[in-house]
Parts: sequence; C-alpha cells; structure tokens
Amino acid sequence: MDRFRLSVNGKPATLEADGDTPLLWVLRDELGLTGTKYGCGMGLCGACTVHLDGRAVRSCQTPLRTVGTKRITTIEGLSPDRGHPVQRAWIAEQVPQCGYCQSGQIMQAAALLAANAHPTREQIDSGMAGNICRCATYQRIRRAIERAAQEKA
Amino acid sequence: MTLDRREILKAGAAFVLAFRVPLKGAEPDSHRPNAWIRITPDNRVAVLCEVPEMGQGPRTTAVMLLADELDADWAAIHVEQAPVIPEKYHHLHTGGSGATREEWNYMRSAGAQARDTLVRAAAQEWSVDPTQCRTERGSVIHKPTGQRRTYGELVAAASQLTPVDPDKVSLKDPANFRIIGTSVPRTDIPSKVDGSAQFGLDVRVPGLQYAVIARCPHFGGKLASFDASAAKAVAGVTAVIEVAPIGFNTEIDRNINVAGGVAVVARSTWAAIQGRKALKLVWDKGPGVAESSATLHDLMIRQSDAEPMVVAIGQGDAKGALSAASKRTDATYELPFQAHATMEPMNTTVHVRPDGIEVWSATQIGSDGRSLIASLAHIAPERVTLHMTLCGGSFGRRYQWDYLAEAWQVAKEVSTPVQLVWTREDDIQHDFFRQHSYHRLSAALDDRGGIAAWQHRIVSTPIRTVFDSPERLKDPKRVASQELYSADDFPYRTANCVVDYAPAHSVVPRAWWRSVESSFNAFAVECFIDELAYQAGIDPYEFRLQQLRPGKEKLAAVLRLAAEKAGWGNPLPKSEGRGIACYAGFGSYIAHVAEVSVTDSGAVRVKRVVSAVDCGTAVNPDGVRAMLEGAVNYALTPVLSGEITYAEGAVKQSNFHDYRVLRINDAPDIEVHIVPSTLPPGGMGEPGVPPLAPAIANAIFAATGKRVRRLPIGS
Repeated sequence: MDRFRLSVNGKPATLEADGDTPLLWVLRDELGLTGTKYGCGMGLCGACTVHLDGRAVRSCQTPLRTVGTKRITTIEGLSPDRGHPVQRAWIAEQVPQCGYCQSGQIMQAAALLAANAHPTREQIDSGMAGNICRCATYQRIRRAIERAAQEKA
Repeated sequence: MTLDRREILKAGAAFVLAFRVPLKGAEPDSHRPNAWIRITPDNRVAVLCEVPEMGQGPRTTAVMLLADELDADWAAIHVEQAPVIPEKYHHLHTGGSGATREEWNYMRSAGAQARDTLVRAAAQEWSVDPTQCRTERGSVIHKPTGQRRTYGELVAAASQLTPVDPDKVSLKDPANFRIIGTSVPRTDIPSKVDGSAQFGLDVRVPGLQYAVIARCPHFGGKLASFDASAAKAVAGVTAVIEVAPIGFNTEIDRNINVAGGVAVVARSTWAAIQGRKALKLVWDKGPGVAESSATLHDLMIRQSDAEPMVVAIGQGDAKGALSAASKRTDATYELPFQAHATMEPMNTTVHVRPDGIEVWSATQIGSDGRSLIASLAHIAPERVTLHMTLCGGSFGRRYQWDYLAEAWQVAKEVSTPVQLVWTREDDIQHDFFRQHSYHRLSAALDDRGGIAAWQHRIVSTPIRTVFDSPERLKDPKRVASQELYSADDFPYRTANCVVDYAPAHSVVPRAWWRSVESSFNAFAVECFIDELAYQAGIDPYEFRLQQLRPGKEKLAAVLRLAAEKAGWGNPLPKSEGRGIACYAGFGSYIAHVAEVSVTDSGAVRVKRVVSAVDCGTAVNPDGVRAMLEGAVNYALTPVLSGEITYAEGAVKQSNFHDYRVLRINDAPDIEVHIVPSTLPPGGMGEPGVPPLAPAIANAIFAATGKRVRRLPIGS
C-alpha cells in the first residue's frame, strides 16, 4: 500500500492503495465516482474512458502509480451543469438508451473534438471505434459529434 | 418534503435513505388517486414507473400514456421507479417487447382516473357540473367563466373524493392526444450524460464489500477442490466462500441454474478480482466434457433428418408435391450461439440483516427476484426489499435468476452488504446464450412461379429444457414452445406446407436473446424465399408481394414502404447489392432493405439500411426510431462477427477481442419510416432484429451471386 495524491475534477484527493490498482477501481470504489464504468477490464470497450491532462485514456488500463500529478477528469467533472457542448449535443440528439457506455463515449468524443474541432465522418468513426455501445446508438453518436463540432465553431 | 430521487442518489451515502422514505406520510398533502400518481400542491406530478428501464424507454413511454390522459403539464412531471410491491403493481418486469403494449390501457386509465377526480374537485368548489369543465396542461378550467385551478391547488379537495373505477373511466379519442404520438425527449437522458445515472454496479451503501465468483468453466462441471490460502493473503480480501450449485427449485417451479464455485469477498472490486486469480481450483469437468461446437453441429445435422418432435404446420402433402415437382430447391442454414454481452455485466447487491434482506439489482424481473430471494432464504417475501436499478442493457439476459441467487449466497455468509460483480469474462463464458439452430428447407415452384410446397425443419437447442421440470418437459409442445415462433405462421401462399421441429440437446445454457427464435427462424425463411424468387426468375421484392397470403397486408405495406424509400430497383455499382426481408412479430410489422458492398476478397460492408415499421400507434416516434436503429445494429453482430464456440463443454471466447461486437466504424446509415396508425401499439424492442440478417444475406447474394447460409459471414 502506498499513499497517492491525485487531482480529480479540479480537487485534490488523497488515498492509500496498491500502485497496481487500475485508476478505474480507485475512482469507483475509493472515491465514489461511479460515472466512470467498468465494461471489459482490457481496454477493449472504452466504457472507462477518462481524461488525463485532457487526453482520453482507458482508466481500466491505467495503473494508479502511473497517474502522478496529471489532472484526472471524469464524466462528473466534464462540466458542472451538463453544459459541455458534447453533453448538450448528446441530449439534443437523444443519444443514450441504456446509457451505461455513454460516460465513456462522451469523454472520448470530448477529447476527439479538443484535438480536432471539425472531424470528418471517417475521423469520427476511427476516433470512436474503441468505444462499444451494445444498444448501438452509433448513428446518433455520429450526429451528436457533428452537432457539437458545429456548435463550438 | 420533496425529494428528487436522482439528487439523493448522487449524494451516495444517502442512497439508502431514498428507498427508506415511506411512500405514505412523507407528503401528507399529496393527491394519490392510484398507485402510479402523486400530485403535490407545488403542481409537481410524480409518476411511478413499474417496468425496469434497460434502455428501451419505459420511464418516458409509460409516463406519456398516463400524462396524456391526465392532461398533465409534461414539464411538471418527474419519474420514479415504482417499489417492488407485487400486490400493488403488476408490471414489475418486462419481456417479449411487452412494456408499452401491456401498459397501453391501464396507464392511460390511471391518468384518466386522476383527471376525473381533479375535475370533480374543481366542479365541487365552483358548484358547477363537471361536464362544464375541461383540463389543459395541469389545470382544470370552467368553460363558461374561464375560472382556472391548477392541479396543485386541487390536491386537498381531490384527496377527499373517491376515484372512479379505472375500468369505467372514458379515454381520449386518439385525435385528442397531445403527448402520445410526439417525440418527447426521454426523461432519463440528462442523468445519462453527466454520470449521475445509477446502475446496479453503482450501488454504494455503507460498509459495502465486493465479490466475484470463480465458476467451473465446463458447463455441468463442479468444484472438486480448492486452496484459498494465496487468495486470502491478497490485500483487501476478507473472505473466501464456497458457493453451492442451485438447480431446480420446486417452490418456484424453475431451474435457477446457479453454477456454484468459489466466491472471493474483498473491500474493493479490484482486490476481489486479484483474490480470485490467486485461488487454486480443481474442477470436475462433468459430463459435458465430450461436447463441443463440432459435436453439436453433427447432432444438428442428424436431427434435421430425424422424426419430428413437434409438427407446427402440417398442411396438404408437402412431401408428395416436392417429389412431383420439376423445380425443387433445397438448402440448410446454421446460426451459432450468441452472447447478450450487455455493457453492464451482471451484478446484484444484497444485505442480509436479522430483520430482512435488502437487494439492489439490475434485473428485469423485479417481483420474481423478490420471490426467489425469499424462497432461498425461507422467509416471507414481505421481508425482502428489492430495488430495481437502471439496467446497463439487457436484451433478455436480465430475465435470468442466477446472479441474484449467487449474490444472496455470498451475502448470507457475511455481515456487510455485498456487491456481486461479474467480470466481462464471466459474462461471456457464463451467459445464457441465444440458441444454436440448424434449418433444413425444401421447396418447389409450380409452373406459374408460385410455391407448390414448403418444408422447414427447425433444429435447435431448446430453451425450455434449461428451466423446466422433467414433468413439464414430458410435453413436446412445451419443449418446442420457444423455438417455433414466426416460422409457425408462414406468411406466403402454398397449399402444401410442413414446418416441424426436432431438438438438439446440449449442456450449453441458453435463454431469451433479443427476439429469441425469430432471430434464426426469420433468417431461414426470408433467405430461402429469396432463393425461391431467384429460382422463379422474379425480383425478390415482387415475389414477396405476389406470394404473401391474404391477411398479410400489413407486411406487404411495410415491404412497399421500405422498397420505395430505399429506391428498390435503382441501379447500384457492380460490387454492391440490395436485399430485402420482412417480419411480423411482437405485434409489429417490419421490412428492411439493406445495401452492401463486397470487395474482391469478400469483405462485406453494410452501407445503408432502410426500415419501414407498422407498430400501431407510435407512442414516441423518436423512441421507435431509436429501438429500430438499435435492433439493426444489434442484429449486425451475429451477421458480421459474433459467434460463441466451445470445446470440452467450455466457451472459447472471453472478452470483446474474441467475441467481436459491432463498432461504430461498421455501423451503417439507418433510415426509419413509420406507418401512421391509431391502433394499439405493438412491441418495438425486438421485432427489428429478425429481418435484418436475411436482408444482409440477400444483399450479399445480389452483389456476388453467393448465398450466405451460415452466420456469421465467412465462418
């Protein structure tokens, strides 16, 4: 067990844990931030996507010891009021069905748009191909990303 | 006192409180004309939704039914999950695409009943006849004077009145619907974009521990011995518990199908998973060790020629007509096991206390779940409190009882609440899969291109044998009762038709998977009809229209609509093809036209799917579109890549790298067209699935001249 000081959604968090523990389980079981989801544990589905210094990472494949001082942003910290353009677009396009994968989808989409403000459809598909949705809301995800890109412009 | 359930849930530690607030007494001045409505003086209307929300939208659709008849102000409505009290609520479960269909009458009656009470309260106050009053967006208005009272203002007076019999209350003419038939935004979506939506795995109660179970990978096998010393040494692990298999339960007349194994309980999910890895386990592989995908395939072929167990259709003399025919067509089709692979793996949280048992479960069988836990624990059902959480997908998987029983098995051995977590590997390897099926079809055409004979032998691993008592299974019709649907209502004209069934028994567990047997029967029927059209030299769309029986006009109508919107018959590039298929089931009618391109190396790309649906009244048209989009995409996985195989009675796949599901880069453009209707609604969760695979296979034939007779493509 080691002691870690993290920056989560702009606030400091201190905890004791094994450094091998994936960030996913630290967020969910230690910090109570259950918006970040477990889906596969192998970085195959994207449900656990969070931002480290603004970049999308799979928190199930991110050992706690590798996080260091990087700023962690989870779905709970993306905006205080569902006001991020991606969240607004997700509501406007009525994307979620069961909703379980959508935290990861939204975090991935937000990082995609931060890196590329106007992705083509092919860039949206390749940027989002790591995120599985079994309700299969993919067509609406595409539309919502296009909407968010337009809104930001 | 007004509580927004979601806000309370967000508070985490206060989670338990949300469910402990007594239903009666918390708001003494609320009006509750029935079990589903609570109106408060602040004009807020709480609607209690019985059906579990798994993505299919009951927390919007069911509420719309009630709100329209209530003439409620939609903005004033908030939705709560109804508590699992089967004596009070009769729809604490869902399956068979039944939610909207079954709620259609009683939820509207509930709204109308409440509206009637409010109108009478206002009329009484004004000393006028209720017929002089109308309602509009949460207010009662006296027509002659224009006087107005909000529903909130009428709470006290209405609470003094006896609500009328809900069966006798008059319902709106569809022309007067104001909410039904509009694309109302889903009530659950805001909580699903900010992380606040609470799924089963998000339950956090004080003192919570986490558990995973090591199960025998070989179906029908069991634990021989184990050594937990290394597991117990893992930091955070607090207990290692052997859990027994649970088979047939005579009290609830059902096999619970708990595999048994070894549970590891820990202070975090990760520690539990690490603890399980450290277990030393010896399994007795059991009698299923001789079974594999190859042996099952061979058995299926044998059963396709065996004596039938059940004859679903036996009309005319198909055998004679086939032997007399000059043009005869034969084909076999095979579809393997499929996993549900819900994004949220199975889980349930249980707290066994001296005063009773509290359960939080992402389940689609709330009332049965409560009975199950009560039966296992030998206590009265009233002492079991079961909270249905949001479900992260279901597709039929959460109709199963196994994981609730397992969670109780673990929780009864520890003093704290325990959350049983299934990992993705558990989910893929211990699912109750879509049946494996094999189809032998023969048909003959007459001189005019009509169907002279149709013969369809269905062979599958029957669902009922997984659950039913030996006594019930003595009835062959019972065995076949989840295997024949849709094939047993052959929609095309023929005088000589045989559809029959022979089972192929297997150790692999299987159960209801989105659209169940329709998902394979429609594939066989709609692919083979396409083959016949080709044999007859007639366009497959035209052939269907010509051959549909009288009484199948709704199928014809959706075929026409889909074909028209898709531009059926318009030329396509050489490597592309268009395919069509139709399906009737769950009270709805669907046709898909699929467009595919196929490269020289055989790689298939599904470019576009145009769907037409007649689902009666489309209560929420955007919800109908969402269900169809989801069904098309869900049905693409078994077509393009999904397959569960096994050897030694154990599943070979384990996660999304080898059970490959559809991703966004393979998702086609989808257009949905809805046939206007004022008839009662049909189901929408499932019926979009069955006609998709044959539409794709038929499109591939159109592009390449090659038939796809086994799924997934290229397997």
